[in-house]
Amino acid sequence: MGRALIINSIRFVLLIASQVFLLKNIGYYNLSIPYLYILFILLLPFGIPNVLLFLLAFLTGIIVDGFYDSMGLNAIACTVMAFVRILFISITVQRDGFDNEPEPSLEIMGFRWFVSYAVILTFFHHLILFSFETFRFSELGFTLLRVVMSTFFTVSLILIAEFSFFRKKIR
Amino acid sequence: MRNLWLFIGKYNAFFLFLIFFTISLILLINNNSYQRASVWNSSNQIIGNAYERVNKLSSYLILSETNDSLAAENARLKNLLKSSFYDDSLRQSTVIDSAFKQQYTYIIASVVNKSVNQKNNYLTINRGSKHGIKKGMGVTSASGVIGIILNTSPDFSTIKSLLHTETKISASVEGNIGSLVWGNGNYDSRYALLKDIQSHISIKKGAKVVTSEFSLFPQGTNIGYVTESDSKDVNNGLNIKVKLDTDFAKLQYVYVVINMLSQEQLNLEAKNKVE
Repeated sequence: MGRALIINSIRFVLLIASQVFLLKNIGYYNLSIPYLYILFILLLPFGIPNVLLFLLAFLTGIIVDGFYDSMGLNAIACTVMAFVRILFISITVQRDGFDNEPEPSLEIMGFRWFVSYAVILTFFHHLILFSFETFRFSELGFTLLRVVMSTFFTVSLILIAEFSFFRKKIR
Repeated sequence: MRNLWLFIGKYNAFFLFLIFFTISLILLINNNSYQRASVWNSSNQIIGNAYERVNKLSSYLILSETNDSLAAENARLKNLLKSSFYDDSLRQSTVIDSAFKQQYTYIIASVVNKSVNQKNNYLTINRGSKHGIKKGMGVTSASGVIGIILNTSPDFSTIKSLLHTETKISASVEGNIGSLVWGNGNYDSRYALLKDIQSHISIKKGAKVVTSEFSLFPQGTNIGYVTESDSKDVNNGLNIKVKLDTDFAKLQYVYVVINMLSQEQLNLEAKNKVE
């Protein structure tokens, strides 16, 4: 428990810092924008209570919003993502096997499960994020294009991060 | 109550989601001007649309009142039309010439009422005492003598037309002075009679009849021309029928002649009576 707290705290700081100081300046013409910080919410332990999950997701979003000057935008996307995460995990993972699997990471859950998990959660996060940023239906096609492109970018970054940190264990 | 808590506890993820979603949505809309403006605009559109429909319905119910108010508005606007107004601007034609002393000036007036076929005919013009018109002034038109001012009100004047049995105008034909009358058997608006010219004088047909120097009018104002002249009645002189130049039936604009020296003349003549 104590170890998970420390690991998640370090991960939180690192991901937020890389997001707001580095990735904020990276993007493909406003069309494909990476949001790597959601990896923190992805990797929260299985056993986390729903209240804590929502609270952490909301806080993460609010902090990123603070740096992005878009109050509530990332928070709303993270809240939706937390809800999707709860649904996805309740559908795909048996609750009984959680005790010795503390978090839904790549080396524990396997490549296929993790990719689908990351893609679906990222997609919902980006969908909400970009739709609420545009805030109208008239640019739906362009918004969906942005969502798909950014999902691709973000998932690639998530996989790169996962592989680079947990390579040894996978082997 | 317990069941409710159990229900909420079972689906706590969904309710937590609702709570956090609402909080972040409120944050989003309250803190971002673009999203806030969008929300207000779209809600205003919906509300405005609803109001428009209600207004459409209610406007039918007050249709008669609307008609009344429109009719009142029309009446008010018609009152503003130029044709409803009494033209108060006075056009007075006076030529300033220092070599001669101005004796006559003219006030243009339009005929607002007239009679032609009565035994005694009158005209009404839209100029009155306010414009300096006084009883007894002469009235002419572009083509000739019209009559004499009979009565004035502030805005209107009545004219004793030439076609009046009591009108007598001093006229001259070829230097012979007589008086022009109308009536007494001649009720044709086109003709007048010239009397008091001695019977030994022969007047040719077509001779021009103009006002004499004794009349109210400037000397030589047109009256008409002679069509008949005979001397049936020796005592009363010649009976000269004069075709009037003015077509009284078509008269529209007249000039009121103001004799600026008439007061001086009258004052002088009044002294004669006193003595």
